[in-house]
Amino acid sequence: MLRRMTTVEKPPDAGDGREQALITRICNGESSLFAALVKPYERRVYVTALALLRNEADAQDVAQEAILKAFTHLRQFRGEARFSTWLIQITVNEARMRQRKQHAELFEPINDSPDDEGAYTPRDFADWREIPSEALERSELRALLTKALASLGQKYREVFLLRDVEHMSIEETARVLEISVASVKTRLLRARLMLRDILAPTLADGWFSRAPFGKGSKPW
Amino acid sequence: MVVNCEHVWQEISNYLEGEVSPELRAAMEAHFRECRHCTAVLDGTRNVMHLYADNRAIELPAGFSKRWQSRLAESMPRPRGTAYGWLVAIAAVALISGSFALARLDPSSPFALRSYHSQPGTGVPAGMMVQVSEDGKTFHVPGCRYLHKHENENVRLIAASEAIREGYVPCVRCLRQYLNR
Repeated sequence: MLRRMTTVEKPPDAGDGREQALITRICNGESSLFAALVKPYERRVYVTALALLRNEADAQDVAQEAILKAFTHLRQFRGEARFSTWLIQITVNEARMRQRKQHAELFEPINDSPDDEGAYTPRDFADWREIPSEALERSELRALLTKALASLGQKYREVFLLRDVEHMSIEETARVLEISVASVKTRLLRARLMLRDILAPTLADGWFSRAPFGKGSKPW
Repeated sequence: MVVNCEHVWQEISNYLEGEVSPELRAAMEAHFRECRHCTAVLDGTRNVMHLYADNRAIELPAGFSKRWQSRLAESMPRPRGTAYGWLVAIAAVALISGSFALARLDPSSPFALRSYHSQPGTGVPAGMMVQVSEDGKTFHVPGCRYLHKHENENVRLIAASEAIREGYVPCVRCLRQYLNR
């Protein structure tokens, strides 16, 4: 369910004034403005749901549920955190509820083992040529990144997603996931190193220098 | 300060966040210059963060935006002042006027008619032949002196049902017997 933010810290955000004005108007009856309020964050809502549920259909459904819930409970938003953080927190909670429901049906507990405090040792030391962002135009690379993220344990996936995919601060990540800042840092380190290890064998092997299409073949 | 590989791996995330002391940073940088493995880990980790930070890394499914917006619209209360609202208002007016009309037609109505003017011609036999003038508003028993007619205006003899269909109403004088009392 919705949980109130526990901090009074208000991160600086250029959009806050405009957003607060929108929220006030929505609460005063101009419901149709809610779509405009959420639109800039729709991607983050979906990606959060996808990273947690690892299934596109469930992610879409949960993302929609989260947006509807945010609309229904908008009056509870007190502006103690950014609207986007509040919205993502609702999404995380909705996704976790969906997971619990699915796991309950399967009689399987969610993996909530304590953090592995032992030092993580990288397995792969191969160097790879820097993969530029432009390479993301290739669906092959996008599929690789999605698969690698999905293979991480949930607690690592969550922190990596909020911090490195959604650019939340470490403090915001801790608040949304209701864990300590130290836990965020520990899990983040592991998540980053693990992802690098998962991706290294493929990316280090001259992945980017390979032609996107087979030699002599034309895609058209 | 000298750091070994294990120490570097423990701090590599903080290093990339810019959250290490200047002293540790200098020690790590010195280590990276010497250690190819740790440099590979550093570069790879930085690249991983860089790739995932890009919006293109995870695609938004086609139509996602449209779907949540229509689901949201369905769950919203109907706002005032919309076409829907006007439709409701018009329907209400029609219902009220309709009930007044019914009340007038109902012989058991407690309300007495205040005027015979412009009554619908429901009581007039459909096949009865009546007279109408082109510019007039009422239909009459042939020969009624109240038939309003301009000079050179055509007068037609038609069935009452036809006159009613064309929008004429019965004359309150010559057709009085057929009107509701």
